[in-house]
Amino acid sequence: MPPSVFSLSQTPVTCHSFDANRQQLAVSFNSNDAQILTRKGNEWTATETLAEHDKTITSIDWAPNSNRIVTSSQDRNAYVWQQTPDPETGALIWKPTLVLLRINRAATHVRWSPKEDKFAVASGARAIAVCSFDPENNWWVSKHLKKPIRSTVLAVDWHPNNVLLAAGSADMKARVFSAYIKEVDEKPAPSVWGSRLPFNVLCGEYSSPAGGWVHAVSFSPSGDVLAFASHDSSISIVYPGGPVIHNIKMSSLPFVTLTWTAEDSVVAAGHDCQPTVFSGSDAGWQAVGTLDDSKSSSSARSGFGSSPVGRLNSTAFNTFRDADTRGQASAGASGGDTKVLTIHQNTITSVRPYEGQPGQVTKVSTTGVDGNLVIWDVNEVASLAAQFGGIHLK
Amino acid sequence: MSTTCSQRQTPTRHLGAKRANTLKAERRPSIMSNVLRPYLAAVRSTLTAALTLENFSSQVVERHNKPEIEAGGSKEVLLNPLIISRNENERVLIEPSVNSIRLSIKIKQADEIERILCHKFTRFMMQRAENFIVLRRKPVQGYDISFLITNTHSETMLKHKIVDFIIQFMEEVDKEISEMKLSLNARARTVAESYLTAFNA
Repeated sequence: MPPSVFSLSQTPVTCHSFDANRQQLAVSFNSNDAQILTRKGNEWTATETLAEHDKTITSIDWAPNSNRIVTSSQDRNAYVWQQTPDPETGALIWKPTLVLLRINRAATHVRWSPKEDKFAVASGARAIAVCSFDPENNWWVSKHLKKPIRSTVLAVDWHPNNVLLAAGSADMKARVFSAYIKEVDEKPAPSVWGSRLPFNVLCGEYSSPAGGWVHAVSFSPSGDVLAFASHDSSISIVYPGGPVIHNIKMSSLPFVTLTWTAEDSVVAAGHDCQPTVFSGSDAGWQAVGTLDDSKSSSSARSGFGSSPVGRLNSTAFNTFRDADTRGQASAGASGGDTKVLTIHQNTITSVRPYEGQPGQVTKVSTTGVDGNLVIWDVNEVASLAAQFGGIHLK
Repeated sequence: MSTTCSQRQTPTRHLGAKRANTLKAERRPSIMSNVLRPYLAAVRSTLTAALTLENFSSQVVERHNKPEIEAGGSKEVLLNPLIISRNENERVLIEPSVNSIRLSIKIKQADEIERILCHKFTRFMMQRAENFIVLRRKPVQGYDISFLITNTHSETMLKHKIVDFIIQFMEEVDKEISEMKLSLNARARTVAESYLTAFNA
């Protein structure tokens, strides 16, 4: 089955998050508002706008069980949105609750904890705000993870035990913290990351292999392995026992987002515009292939041929001319061609599980700067060798 | 008569010699393009790799979002600048950062005329910088023209088209300046000829 492509907008999609039964989608189109889109057949139509932020929204997360949405923005705020009946009409509308983040720089990333009683907000204030609900005052209060973060935190991810938190930041490090809040959490069972875990204990700190900003972090379904993607075009898989770190250096452009589909498989995507699948175990990891089988999308390009005007304006002539004058090696990106060979036409900014249980994810969804939402079957992997076979690298 | 004739001939021969020079210059691109190719290929691949930008809010000033390569407030989000040099007169400086890159070009200037033409040409462009979107109003020191590409540009425009634009600019600018030089010489010759015809009478 080919991946399903939905064109949501002409503007970039900053982030996306589905509700529990995948009929609704919260997205931000690179603006101050978040949109709730509802699926009608093969279309996504905007049904509601979440307007409260006054700067670009950076991240959205929809808690599947408690049906709450949290949004974070560059205006230093986060809001928790909850469906409540309108006092006049009785219709369900999304009502915002302000979160007392106490950060003084942009909030960059937000994720609900697995039990949905806490969430973590990464920020440019070199801190992570771990927020929990205070029923006495009816607001969300936060505690800050500060040490030893030295730059903007770009991504966070929760461990399945609801206590540990992974963070990737622009100081080229991925870290694992304890975000234990005693009013909310019961004592976590000892894991490979440690046994005594009071708040702000640093359980691990891992550098990217060539000093790149860590764009994405993710715990494996069991929580015993950590994967992170960094700007040096590499993926690192960390087994904390040793610690053993497997680095996979790619020749492609950097990845900016990743998700685990099974205990032995990771899907990463980024500036290369195609999701790449990695698999392995504690013995070693390697890139398996890509979900974007370029053959299917290249057929769409066939109608693109430019009309040959003049004797010398043939394809071969253009190829040689481009190679000669512009240093273009492949015909793929030649002059009048505005299409990229991949399904996503620009950077993929977010990849998330779409179908299946944690550990057995069968489909993932991606959104990107091109404004498309694509749902991929993770089992349909085209090998990288076949992918690069048609490209002449010089 | 003979003296005037020789007087007349000297400047023409002189201009003729110049003409031969410029003709050689005109023919040169076909010879040079072999050297131009790896140079542009290097710029192209470096630029493609550097254009991996994201929206990054300032961590120095509250609620601001500015090109980090220009602000320079946080060192960790700047990458190593890179110079691609074809020869001592032609080079490209690429300075990448997390949300913006700055690309500066040193245009070939072989003699005084080319230097003046290049100055006028880049000045003309930079005074109209907003029409070129990615053009910077001032060049980086030591270079003739600079481009500033931010994450907004890479979001609203196709990335490979931005790269194409820069590369096309680089190949056109040399051509443009040598063409201007040719027409300047041609004009100078016509002026000189018509001026000196007055003495011939």
